[in-house]
Amino acid sequence: MAQVKLNAVRKTYPNGFEAVKPASFDITDGEFVVLVGPSGCGKSTMLRMIAGLEDISEGELYIGETVVNNVDPADRDIAMVFQNYALYPHMTVRKNIGYGLKNRKIPSTEIDAKVAEAANMLNLNDYLDRKPSQLSGGQRQRVAMGRAIVRDPALFLFDEPLSNLDAKLRNQMRIEIKALQRRLGVTAVYVTHDQVEAMTMADRIIVMNGGVIEQIGTPSEVYHSPASTFVASFMGAPPMNLFDGHANGTEVHVGETPLHRHTHQGKVTVGIRPEDIVPDVTGPLAINVNIIEELGAHRLLHGHTADQAVTIHVAKDFPAVTGPMTASLKPDAVSLFDSETGHRL
Amino acid sequence: MSVPARRIRWSAVLDHSILIIGSLIMILPVVMLVQMASTTDLHTTKFGPGWVFGDQLPVNFEKAMFKADGFSGENTGLRMLYNSMILGFGFAIGKIVIGMMAAYAIVYFRLKFATLAFWVIFTTLLLPLEVRILPSYEIVQKLGMLNTYQGLIIPLIASATATFFFRQYFRSIPEELVEAARIDGAGPIKFFIDILVPLSRTMIAAMFIIMFVYGWNQYLWPTMITTDEGMYTLVRGIKQITQTLEGTNLPEYGRSNLLAIIAILPPVLIVIFFQSWFVKGLTESDK
Amino acid sequence: MKRAGFSDRWLPVLFLLPQLTIIFIFFYWPAAHALRSSFFLQDPFGFGETFVGMKNYTMLLDSASYMRAAWFTVIFTSLVTFLSLSIALLLAVKADKVIRGAKTYRTLLMWVYAVAPPVAGVIGLVLFDQSWGPLRDFVALFGWDFRLGVNYFDTAFTLVVMSVWKQLPVNFIFFLSGLQSIPRSVREAALIDNRSAAGRFWDVTFPLLAPTGFFLLIINITYSLFDTFGIFDTQFKGEPGNNPMTLVYKVYLDGFRGNDLGGSSAQSVILMVLVLALTIFQFRMVERRIHYT
Repeated sequence: MAQVKLNAVRKTYPNGFEAVKPASFDITDGEFVVLVGPSGCGKSTMLRMIAGLEDISEGELYIGETVVNNVDPADRDIAMVFQNYALYPHMTVRKNIGYGLKNRKIPSTEIDAKVAEAANMLNLNDYLDRKPSQLSGGQRQRVAMGRAIVRDPALFLFDEPLSNLDAKLRNQMRIEIKALQRRLGVTAVYVTHDQVEAMTMADRIIVMNGGVIEQIGTPSEVYHSPASTFVASFMGAPPMNLFDGHANGTEVHVGETPLHRHTHQGKVTVGIRPEDIVPDVTGPLAINVNIIEELGAHRLLHGHTADQAVTIHVAKDFPAVTGPMTASLKPDAVSLFDSETGHRL
Repeated sequence: MSVPARRIRWSAVLDHSILIIGSLIMILPVVMLVQMASTTDLHTTKFGPGWVFGDQLPVNFEKAMFKADGFSGENTGLRMLYNSMILGFGFAIGKIVIGMMAAYAIVYFRLKFATLAFWVIFTTLLLPLEVRILPSYEIVQKLGMLNTYQGLIIPLIASATATFFFRQYFRSIPEELVEAARIDGAGPIKFFIDILVPLSRTMIAAMFIIMFVYGWNQYLWPTMITTDEGMYTLVRGIKQITQTLEGTNLPEYGRSNLLAIIAILPPVLIVIFFQSWFVKGLTESDK
Repeated sequence: MKRAGFSDRWLPVLFLLPQLTIIFIFFYWPAAHALRSSFFLQDPFGFGETFVGMKNYTMLLDSASYMRAAWFTVIFTSLVTFLSLSIALLLAVKADKVIRGAKTYRTLLMWVYAVAPPVAGVIGLVLFDQSWGPLRDFVALFGWDFRLGVNYFDTAFTLVVMSVWKQLPVNFIFFLSGLQSIPRSVREAALIDNRSAAGRFWDVTFPLLAPTGFFLLIINITYSLFDTFGIFDTQFKGEPGNNPMTLVYKVYLDGFRGNDLGGSSAQSVILMVLVLALTIFQFRMVERRIHYT
């Protein structure tokens, strides 16, 4: 168990490409941190630097109290679950799980006991003598988990571990991984491009884009107070509505409609979550609905207000029809962003 | 912030040393041939290979390309180069065309005797020409094909490596393709020419390189089949060269080494310049 | 066959015809001919033949020179196969590891694939030349009086060296492509599981290369048996004399130069059986080998 500290950690490649701009953050003991962002944002590079699979160009990385920049991956006291599981194809499940322990010169009776314990925890008892090629995707995933668990590491690293599973299994494993991490109390860093995984699993989310950390916060903070238009549009499905607005020093307008009171002056970007727009016959917001998406538990209405696209989330019993309607906003629904920089105002 | 001192990685130094030694072992022998071809025969006879290159390359090139030895005077370097080209191209093209056609028939048609045809063809993979070299020679002789290009090329084609390669490749092409083509009204010939052949371009290129090098480098079979000096290929002619080195007062090292270099140059250049195709052809053909 | 195959009756026959014709004339006919000849004694002047049963075979087994060639073939094949596989593996592992210059090394280490075996033979002649061969001079420093073409062992040594040299590129290419097909993440997982580089190689990389290695084993055996002919023939300069020779060279020598058709055919048949056994063994192993997917 350990905390992790990054101090201005930076990654540049020999060709000059800066994959990760200097990044600093702390992860406390037992915390589940999710690195999320689109592909190529640097999240995997960050994780691989923590694992020691990628050299750190500048800055210091601490695991526990020590700087581990030049420590071999095998000596960092970490365990990693890879996207394609990276099981050793020529070893049985038992050997796959026990391989790391064997290399640490742990007595074989102890290895057997630990493997058995992990297999129990992950329902792998019946498969211990099979080869990875004889397992289903979900079972391979469990073996990869087992391999990580038995090491009893200070730090768990996950590199998109669920992206090769089908949707149903993914939902199930999401919960299992989270529960396992709680039970073991191990610090974990989890990389994903799936914002649902980030929201549901994380104690804290780190949103990255283009090698830069856009925001660090709890799922609720990231969702409700996005630090930038990027975070606003990346987190949440459907994403936050972003309107071009105008602020006159007292009020913010979208089109002709005043939506929010603020002292800012000039052009702004106005962000409102779809579920924060409520159908209201007396509401100030005039919307023209074009398309209705029926999702069973609720409905999404897609349309325009003041010539800008808008999406509204309504309850399943709302009698939706296409055509004009009016709506109002929930209190504190509006996020304001600088229209130039995209930063939150 | 101080930049951490760059570590010298001794393991990397070792890796590079091993690779450099390996590369030198591959290159130096051939550099040695070039060096010997650049000095006078007298110099080579006295001192052997050295590190200093001479200026005799053009002279030796002239001799290698246009001078003949033997009785007929027909086996000049130029003539042998021509014969090697015919063998290389003839073998590669023949093998690919015949192999593709056979593979197409096996993979894309409902044939009653498909399994039988498969086994008849693929048994040939088991026995290289070398083990049946004498009876093959006798048959070529019976058919009156000694000292002909057909006699040189066709028996070499009688093994199914290309067929096997294209069979594997055709089987990896998605089923939907032929279904779509049939819905679009393409018959078997149209499908073959309009879709399958263009789709196999990379595979054909890869196979061509392998087959060209294989054909060009044939030695035993041409040695047996061609006794007429005008039919010698470069690789087959090497034997003649080494034999004339014996006994003469002043062995023609310059000419013979240059001929050896000319003999390896075309396949080597092809392999280097079309490296990725070559590697693909090699590693995928033998699976 | 494809599910949606065409159902024409004559077209596929037409497509198969060239291949089948060539195979029947130049493969099955010679093979059958060899089999038949191996039971007959040919008149050296071409007047008829006598059925002698297994005599050609028993004579071979009693022949000292044949058994000598057989033993040499076994030793030669084992040496060439072992040496070229292990050196190529070392080079491939290193070429796979380095980042700088990887492409250049790859080219430099594989182009010799295209060099014809007889040219390798010529190079051997020069390297070990009696009066100024660079390698002859080198081994002379250690008191080795190298006599290529005269001393049996020295000639065999040259043959092995040049055969290994010629075969390195093929093994290198296959090992390198085998190494590169090992998923990066599997190697990284090993990096986390095992701090010793040697341990990672023997526990993970080597077993994953085993299928490639096995395939190459067969390739190298066939190479040593057949494709080295050109190296032998140029080294002997047409005068095999008492030099070491492989079984294939002996087939050629006895049949083509010695005109002993029956004996040579029997030798061919023995080689055929040998190669068939090897191939069947290979297929068996391929069937049994675990598919790493």
